[in-house]
Amino acid sequence: MMCTDRGHTAHSCNKGADVQIHVTVNGTVHESEVEPRRLLVHYVREDLGLTGTNVGCDTSSCGACSVHLDGEAVKSCTVLAVQADGCEVTTIEGLAVDGVMSAMQRAFMENHGLQCGYCTPGMVMAATSLLREVPDPTEREVREGLEGNLCRCTGYHNIVKAVLACAAGN
Amino acid sequence: MIPAAFEYVRAGSAAEAVGLVGEFGEDAKLLAGGHSLLPLMKLRLASPSVLVDIGRVRDLSYVRDEGDHVAVGALTRHMDVQLSGVLLEHVPLLAYAAGFVGDPQVRHRGTIGGSIAHADPASDLPAVTLALGASYVLQGPLGVRVVPAAEFFKGFLTSVLEPDEVLVEVRVPKMGGAGWGFEKFTRRAQDWAMVGVAAWCRGSESGVALVNMGSTPVLASSVMVALGDGAGVVDAAELAVAEADPQADLNASVEYRTHLAKVLVRRALQTAQTPHTKP
Amino acid sequence: MTVTEQAPSTDPVSGATVGRVIGQRLLRREDPALLTGEAKFTNDLAIPGALRLALVRSPYAHARILSIDTSAAVAMPGVVAVYTATDLASLWAAPMPCAWAVTADMKNPAHYPLTSTKACYVGDGVACVLATSEAAARDAAEAVQVEYEPLDAVVDPEAALRDEVVIHDELGTNKSYTWDLKVEGHPGQVDEAFAAAAYTVSERYVQQRLLPMAMEPRAVAAVPQPFGGDITLYSSTQVPHILKVMTAITLGIPEQQVRVIAPAVGGGFGSKLDVYAEELLCVALSRKHGVPVRWNEERTENAHATVHGRAQVQHIELAADASGKLTAVRVRLIGDMGAYLQLVTPGIPILGAFLYAGVYDLPQAYDFSCTGVFTTMTPTDAYRGAGRPEATYAIERSMDAMAAKVGVDPMELRRRNYIGKEQYPYTAFSGLTYDSGDHLAAAEMAAEMADYPGVRARQVTQNVAGAPKRLGIGVSSYFEMCGLAPSRVLASLNYSAGGWESATVRVLPTNKIQVVTGTSPHGQGHETSWSMIVADKMGVSPEDVVVLHSDTAIAPLGLDTYGSRSLPVGGVAIAMACDKVIDKARKIAAHQMECAEEDLDFADGSFSVKGTPERAMPFAAIAFEAFTAHNLPDGLEPNLEAQVTYDPPNFSWPFGTHICVVEVDTETGQVEVLKYVAVDDCGVQVNPLIVEGQVHGGVIQGLSQALFEEAVYDTDGNLKTTTLAEYLVPAACDVPSLTLGHTVTPSPTNQLGVKGVGEAGTIGATPAVMNAVVDALSGLGVTNVQMPASPHNVWRTLQSVSAEGGSR
Repeated sequence: MMCTDRGHTAHSCNKGADVQIHVTVNGTVHESEVEPRRLLVHYVREDLGLTGTNVGCDTSSCGACSVHLDGEAVKSCTVLAVQADGCEVTTIEGLAVDGVMSAMQRAFMENHGLQCGYCTPGMVMAATSLLREVPDPTEREVREGLEGNLCRCTGYHNIVKAVLACAAGN
Repeated sequence: MIPAAFEYVRAGSAAEAVGLVGEFGEDAKLLAGGHSLLPLMKLRLASPSVLVDIGRVRDLSYVRDEGDHVAVGALTRHMDVQLSGVLLEHVPLLAYAAGFVGDPQVRHRGTIGGSIAHADPASDLPAVTLALGASYVLQGPLGVRVVPAAEFFKGFLTSVLEPDEVLVEVRVPKMGGAGWGFEKFTRRAQDWAMVGVAAWCRGSESGVALVNMGSTPVLASSVMVALGDGAGVVDAAELAVAEADPQADLNASVEYRTHLAKVLVRRALQTAQTPHTKP
Repeated sequence: MTVTEQAPSTDPVSGATVGRVIGQRLLRREDPALLTGEAKFTNDLAIPGALRLALVRSPYAHARILSIDTSAAVAMPGVVAVYTATDLASLWAAPMPCAWAVTADMKNPAHYPLTSTKACYVGDGVACVLATSEAAARDAAEAVQVEYEPLDAVVDPEAALRDEVVIHDELGTNKSYTWDLKVEGHPGQVDEAFAAAAYTVSERYVQQRLLPMAMEPRAVAAVPQPFGGDITLYSSTQVPHILKVMTAITLGIPEQQVRVIAPAVGGGFGSKLDVYAEELLCVALSRKHGVPVRWNEERTENAHATVHGRAQVQHIELAADASGKLTAVRVRLIGDMGAYLQLVTPGIPILGAFLYAGVYDLPQAYDFSCTGVFTTMTPTDAYRGAGRPEATYAIERSMDAMAAKVGVDPMELRRRNYIGKEQYPYTAFSGLTYDSGDHLAAAEMAAEMADYPGVRARQVTQNVAGAPKRLGIGVSSYFEMCGLAPSRVLASLNYSAGGWESATVRVLPTNKIQVVTGTSPHGQGHETSWSMIVADKMGVSPEDVVVLHSDTAIAPLGLDTYGSRSLPVGGVAIAMACDKVIDKARKIAAHQMECAEEDLDFADGSFSVKGTPERAMPFAAIAFEAFTAHNLPDGLEPNLEAQVTYDPPNFSWPFGTHICVVEVDTETGQVEVLKYVAVDDCGVQVNPLIVEGQVHGGVIQGLSQALFEEAVYDTDGNLKTTTLAEYLVPAACDVPSLTLGHTVTPSPTNQLGVKGVGEAGTIGATPAVMNAVVDALSGLGVTNVQMPASPHNVWRTLQSVSAEGGSR
């Protein structure tokens, strides 16, 4: 049974019955059947095998699961896979092109902006989204722009430094 | 972490959503950005049997200048409220406060309508729109009705919104150059307010509302009356909790919350009365 | 690769300049995999056919288990089995381990992965479910019906000692142990010192319970071999080697059949230095069912089921002479063990036992006693610093109290008490030898960087009566005491393992080098740093070195990563293994070049004959000769490989001074950190980039204890801070940027001159911040603020002093 609208007629389906979705993830179109309750983070991790996106909490607090939905950072633990139907999703695996890390990834490496690396994919996705919205931020703006991402290792000092360096094109 | 199973339907329009929630009854919940509902479902504090997804109703995302007021579509995201030129010009308090909701990821998904319809007293925008004298447009099977914010909130997470109604628009009076202040007191920036205050004043007119000071957003009428009667800010702020019913939680006792409300009302009003300064 | 110029350090032994690679800010080789999502954490592993484990956990802090009905759960879709403690009793050869019986009469209740008769904390496992999916396992766990008889909770460790409610019936008391350390030059010296003191202070501090909150919750996967009984255990652990031994002992599996792998591990901070019920259950059930079994922890579960930290009540008394010079220290601790003793629970307060005199010159007049007590809360155990932050907090806060008594500036009191540079190596009251230090230099550097006199001057004008915002400055000087540890010292503390570390250095035929280390990194960058040590020793590029670790089949010997031990023990072991390889290579070179071994110099990756440097043989050539074995000296084995197990002769003693400047809003109680300066001395820095990262992270974690974090329990023993929405790990905008300085006082006890740095920031920060907060409010009559110095706690404190008539 099709539960997507494709037009303006609503369709209903049985409780928990799978829904077909079309999602472009890192440039590849995926057509999948998912349970409505499937979270986007579980969809990318388990259905697509993109395990770079991590889960660090169950309250939308830590931001480890941040991905881009149509170019903006969102917490993929608080988005249903069905809500991403027809959207473009970029995960951490989608940032590097032909084996070359993105400017933000390089900035994190060059400024030692990561230690254990668990928060890092979400942090990099949030920081990348931040610079799209605020291309030349102050230190305060960087800190506020990353308020939804928790890190336990770095004390944030070098993360902030990395984002500022990336913005400055260093 | 994993919500209980539910049936998922999509609405193509507000009218269709009204029909669907009417059809499925009280067990159905509307899903907009999902940033109020999904966290509750993940902790299984909410287990609706049907989700009606209105997130794709693009024509409910807008900010329009309507002369004496600004109309904000219910599905306008916090980020779009924050950056709206119309709101920055005519209702800067709302735009400013929207920038304090959650964090950027939340503001990319969460919507003003979802936040207000959820009626969480700890959320910022219900109190901000209450202070601003906004009205909410509710669409039901028999048509639309317009409910003033002051009559909308009924209790913790409850409002006059009927199960078969959809909040479709928020109408906010233009501030007409009124001074304003917004104070959100948190332990961490991403947290809900321990106490929040939205305030504006223009001559003898004012609006003051409190976040997280009772089971609903609280209109601090006594402060507004006192200001209208010519009381100074310091004295008026002492009346901050006259309408409030604060509860204790992990971060604050009733006494502390009461004290904070007075301090923050005073500060918000002082900011509002300071010419040419933005908070 | 970015390399910034760095002043070369001096070899403490030879006096020669070292540091061709050591001392450079090499970027981490670990990063690309972590930055691109390629790194695999335990929960990322694809394990076909794995069953999912979920635990049924007690919702009561203290309750008798009357009955368990699993029938509804067993019938649910996807459920393979549901087990209670009774069902699994035959699988355990021993209870879960506590490796640190601190006293001979320490009471330790038998602790099994599932409890059978009584639940002793919220989260105690009472049953478990195996199912084909995680959702099915968790749904079924909710369907297990357990009938409980709730009993009174015990949440106050001081009250627990009254034994009004005894948690473990078989022990008859809630007291686990009392451990004493009294050191006196002559009997009665402590009492005499207090009687004769010009000044005394008596302080009580509460180290609130903390949740470690590593960003990666725990995860486990046990994969049995279909034939032969071998088992591979993947776990998000800091201690694969310890876990291997303990798994073998607890389950009665021949140790050689157990392999433990720690994949990428997302932080630990001590909380993954343990042996957990879920690890043992996964192994036991995977063997029972003959299929892989995995478990992953949700954050809320993590708050209940992973060990907590700190949780001590501290009484400290100082005696000082008329100049403020310390003459005696007396300490009484109550350590909240939680419901059970985990791997090193009872030893955590003891790790701080030697540090309650801080970095100060104290005569033999020290009286320490710690009592460990059971409560109905999650067990405590190691958390970044483990006993040493608590000790440093007590002495540094009470030094400020003493300064107020004496009427001198806190910096000045410290100056009068620091162990002098010239006193090193310094034999402390305890008999421990502090290897090196220059406390005054670090303090003066920090004071200058923080503009200490300037802040003091600003306070005079700012902190006037009625001031809405008051300025405060706080100092803390610390010792880290790390490099755990000399095995004989551990023996004297009844720790049931050694403190050595193992390293193997193996030269491959093409002169590439494999290093096998027993350390187990989880964010510290060992692969990068260890390759730098080898590069310098062997005269190769760091890129030519691979570092293997965290898999007991590849690195069979090791004691893992905790207590800032990896570099001063594991790193030194690697340097020593390099020496051994070079010694063997020298024999081959001498043989091939037909000269005496002692006539050969080794430098820059080449052996050359003394006096005739043109007669040389590159290491690469020797490596190949060792491989082909065509022409080796008689009796010499082919290949270049050496293994070293290094048992350090002493702890290492990093030190430093941190200074924090805060502004406190007296109306709201909000504390804002204006400046934070940390001057740390960890001896020779192998990679300053990594050192700075460790300090940054440590400082913010310590600052976070001071201002944000607390595991809050209600009187019924329910944890109220179970998520990251309630338990306040701060984000970037909630904390300051940091100003770092360092001095370098090489350790004389090891050839690298290194000391370790993993915990220094955490140890230094908490008292520096709290001293600043109290300093800001001292003019209002405030002498202490309970941690965390939340707005509410600060406001409450101000209310109480103004009620007592404090000046304002």
